[in-house]
Amino acid sequence: MSKSQTVNITCTINEAQYSFELPPLTRLIDVLREDLQLTGTKEGCSEGECGACTVLINGELTNSCLVPIVQMDGASITTIEGLSQKGILNKIQQSFWERGGAQCGFCTPGMLMSTTSLINNLSTDEIPSEEYIREWLSGNLCRCTGYSKIIESVSLACEVNNG
Amino acid sequence: MQKNLNIKVQNSILRTEGPAKLSGKTKFIDDMRFPVDLLYGATVRSPVARGILKKIVFSNEFDWDDFTIVTAKDIPGKNVVSIIEDDWPFLVSDKINYIGDPIALIAHHDKDLVAEALNHISFKIDELPPVFSIDDSRNKKEIIWRSDNTFKSYLIKKGDVDSIWESADFVIEQTYETGAQEHLYIENNGMIAVWDDKAGITIWGSMQCPYYVHNAIMPLFSLPAQKVRIIQAGIGGAFGGKEDFPSLIAGHCALLAYKAKRPVKLIYNRREDLANTTRRHPSKTTHKTAVNKDGKILGMDIDFALDGGAYATISSVVLSRGAIHAAGPYDVDNIKINANVVATNTPPNGAFRGFGVPQSCFALECHLDFVAKKIGITPEQLRRKNFIASNGSLATGQIIRENIDYQKLMDLTFKHCNFYEKLSEFNKSNRLPGHLKKGIGFSAFMHGGGFTGSGEDYLSSIVGLTVTEDNKIKVLTSSTEMGQGKNTIFTQIVAETLNISPTDVLVPKPDTAIVPNSGPTVASRTTMIVGKLLEDAANSLKDILIGTNFLKQEYSAEEFFKAAKNYSEDFGTLKAYTQYKNPGNIKWDDSTHLGDAYPTYSWAIYVAEVTINTLTYETKVDNFTALQEVGRVVNNTLATGQIQGGVLQAIGYAIFEKIIWEKGQIKNNNLSNYVIPTSLDAPNIDVYFEQWNKEYGPQGAKGIGELPMDGPAPAVINAVNNALNTNVNAIPMLPENLMKYMEKIDE
Amino acid sequence: MDKISVETPKDLSGALEIMSKSKLTPLAGGTDLMVQQEFGSLKAKQFINIWNLNELKGITHTNDSFRLGALTTFMEIRKHKLLKQKLPMLVQAAKLVGAIAIQNRATIAGNIANASPAADSVPALLCYDASLELTSTQKKRIVPLKDFYLGYKKMDIQSDELITAIIIPMPKDNPTIYYQKVGARLALSISKVCFAALVQMQSGKLVDVRISIGSIAPTPLRLYKTEDYLKQKKLNASIISNAIEQLADEIKPIDDIRSSKEYRVKVSTNLFRNFLESL
Repeated sequence: MSKSQTVNITCTINEAQYSFELPPLTRLIDVLREDLQLTGTKEGCSEGECGACTVLINGELTNSCLVPIVQMDGASITTIEGLSQKGILNKIQQSFWERGGAQCGFCTPGMLMSTTSLINNLSTDEIPSEEYIREWLSGNLCRCTGYSKIIESVSLACEVNNG
Repeated sequence: MQKNLNIKVQNSILRTEGPAKLSGKTKFIDDMRFPVDLLYGATVRSPVARGILKKIVFSNEFDWDDFTIVTAKDIPGKNVVSIIEDDWPFLVSDKINYIGDPIALIAHHDKDLVAEALNHISFKIDELPPVFSIDDSRNKKEIIWRSDNTFKSYLIKKGDVDSIWESADFVIEQTYETGAQEHLYIENNGMIAVWDDKAGITIWGSMQCPYYVHNAIMPLFSLPAQKVRIIQAGIGGAFGGKEDFPSLIAGHCALLAYKAKRPVKLIYNRREDLANTTRRHPSKTTHKTAVNKDGKILGMDIDFALDGGAYATISSVVLSRGAIHAAGPYDVDNIKINANVVATNTPPNGAFRGFGVPQSCFALECHLDFVAKKIGITPEQLRRKNFIASNGSLATGQIIRENIDYQKLMDLTFKHCNFYEKLSEFNKSNRLPGHLKKGIGFSAFMHGGGFTGSGEDYLSSIVGLTVTEDNKIKVLTSSTEMGQGKNTIFTQIVAETLNISPTDVLVPKPDTAIVPNSGPTVASRTTMIVGKLLEDAANSLKDILIGTNFLKQEYSAEEFFKAAKNYSEDFGTLKAYTQYKNPGNIKWDDSTHLGDAYPTYSWAIYVAEVTINTLTYETKVDNFTALQEVGRVVNNTLATGQIQGGVLQAIGYAIFEKIIWEKGQIKNNNLSNYVIPTSLDAPNIDVYFEQWNKEYGPQGAKGIGELPMDGPAPAVINAVNNALNTNVNAIPMLPENLMKYMEKIDE
Repeated sequence: MDKISVETPKDLSGALEIMSKSKLTPLAGGTDLMVQQEFGSLKAKQFINIWNLNELKGITHTNDSFRLGALTTFMEIRKHKLLKQKLPMLVQAAKLVGAIAIQNRATIAGNIANASPAADSVPALLCYDASLELTSTQKKRIVPLKDFYLGYKKMDIQSDELITAIIIPMPKDNPTIYYQKVGARLALSISKVCFAALVQMQSGKLVDVRISIGSIAPTPLRLYKTEDYLKQKKLNASIISNAIEQLADEIKPIDDIRSSKEYRVKVSTNLFRNFLESL
């Protein structure tokens, strides 16, 4: 039997550089969770529906369960572990805490990545409408909150971001 | 980092485990690993719905050398999941009862190879004809469970309903149906088991009730209590879905670990979880109601039937709660409730937030709108004529002594949502041309807190508090944190009672080697029952210190901990345990199902506003108003979040979530085809609390966890019927169904 | 065991070169393919990773047409100002694909080549008379999208060809459009019916009519018979009702996991009536 193909990939994850030799269709989520023990990124559906595995790739919101590692050479990836610096919650995390945006905590990392991307995509001083926030988060399923407190948390995070 | 916790104790504090969750540090079961020699487990399942297993065939083409394989023959103790009935095997030994019934277990260190191996196992099975519906089961088309297919029956009688049919102005009858629903916790089920020849078995997992698992594992291995240790991991949502079923998964995982003598991880992926774990019981309810033209209800005859699936699980208790709530918060003299839960050859249905009440409440609250329409009064008038008041009695004859004023509750709810303005506005706009029609509807309902009847006596829950050497209070309970906020609520109750800072209270995750059994984390009992025990325990800590003269009546937090230290030097660690005792005024008769079914209830009226697109038959819930009397609200943010989450889960139940069945098996077992609401589908949800009663729970806090699951479905469907003049009487009501209901009016 | 291999060429000519030699499945954003792999329904084992081919990226236009590189993502489409103005149905379709994270990775050519009857962008593209540019080492050819689907999951493409671009004629004047995706929820949904229509009126007459519906046949359809019936007609109640009958006859929906045949017919005709009555 011939040996299975592997590819050499170098990428940046939470500002640190990593190199891997892996089968090409290895899912990014598996690399994060299994190889790097970055278990804050969650798997909920394995088909890009629930958003629990959401990360930023080159700043863009992405479902890490749908990304093959072969496409990550040279990419810069941010996961939930890259949000808090030295154990201090950032403004988005703090807003979620204050407004009750996390209940069971399983969809939370994905929600926070989507909120980060929402805020990064705003123009200066832009305050997004509730409808805009709802659309931006519509790829992150939550079963605990009914979304209301998450929307409040994101609104607060946007205000804090501007203030 | 936790500076926000230093706010005044009387107020809500922020979720205590919030920072861990918000930084992705909380360890859920699949985040844990025992890297040295971990095996990955998988479950081998039946491909047929009913039959006799003759042989399991492991293909010769495949290399099984490094695999651990477990079948029923390998079970060292009793092959039965101990819950209520002894009918549910961990592994099929002969009789197969549903597609997915576990037959064998395999494990290997290579995860991919485990998945591959499942394709190399086949069976010889003598198939038998299956039963898939409530009607076929009740009509005994085939006998599939014991002698009559019936897991449990109850007959609840108040007055004499059969005497009043002739005297009534109207007798109105209709049947209502509800479908199965998935819990859809975002974290799938999973366990890790570690075997040690001396220590026994240790299981880590995502579960609501560590002691349920403990009780199930002991007989499986014939091990004494101290050789079975269950430790809770983070729980990514549960909603009842991790109440009964984890006992089975834990047993499977433990069996593999026991045989392999190595740690085993058994994690379900979404497809496996959706296909094989428990769901909400489908139901069929027929209401026959005698009513006078002024709206006074003379009698209700209710036939309430649930589909229990293949095994009994906790179905009898779900049936009981559903039946007790089936006549709602109304004081009606003559009631008969005939309740049955029957077997079908589908995966076992089990606990799910609401626990039988969403089904019976849907039937009742839709039926009351139907009755009002038939007799020509408003749904409001009909409710107001029959609401229970203080000192009135419910279906079980329970006299409600607490302060309850449903007339006022209704006034307040309608004021909050501008009910009358909207009703007349919608009536007007619906007459104009255009394909968007609007409707408004409501439901009135209650939910009993704690276990039913003598259930809390039977549980006799114990909680403990100890003072640690570094001046913290440690809370010892088996109650689990699954997002509902138990850590925070317990922290608040203990801090408040002892007048210390919430940061001085620790609430570790349950570990059966350490915590006493404070009962399962279910039935809206955690704040009300366990919280009350903690309040009592905190008071006894205080009493001990004051009684032993280490502490004055008035004290600071610093003085408290100093006193505790001094006490411990003389008497050892300061601790207090309290156990549940029936307050004495709760009287319940299990045989007749009459009496005080619950110590108290939470009371509610919910209102839904909907827009229906009559071109596509899609329903959008635009606004939702939820008003409830739940006694004291311990933490407003958490309580509001619980209500909002429950409301949306129930809206999903009403108009989104449908199991597509094919021969007893779910076809849409993935998240693109089993559709739960997204943030775009969710309405604005306004939550209001009234706090009229303080007699129950810690400083008057009643249960809230399940309440919001009960009322939204009928409120939404009543709003749809209001908008379109339809008679929708079944959920889930998908656009495809609404199309047919609308065609019926056109005819 | 499965032997999966992925070639990653540096540029388009390299890609075409590899494709001329062996049969490879193109891997772009992976939003369909990776799900199929995870669910065990992916038959292909050998892939060519085209995600980084710059020649296949970007949106350009002339006075006559738009050219969307094959790798144009739905996010790029929904952000594009001129597309919003000129091809609003395509932009609306892009907005309704999955959710943001999917739109960042899912590509227009991937949506076409996955050949789902429910492909979100295809009804809009069919109404806009889009064509595909197919390229191999040998030649470049243009295939109208309406001719591209030969049957369920069957396409007019050779194993050495790659979809390199989508060409869409610049719409003249300002046609009246009607687009509605009907799914099970407002985001993350697979369409039960996806209705797109475009008309041009001149002195009360329909001079140009294009109707396309997704999820009502093995492939998204242009409804030419219905279009022909309406062309050059002035609308009145009986014409409308004949047209609806024609449309009901022309679509061939089925019952499946997502909806029923009956519902699909009814909703298609309801939407069509709503559109015609609004003209």
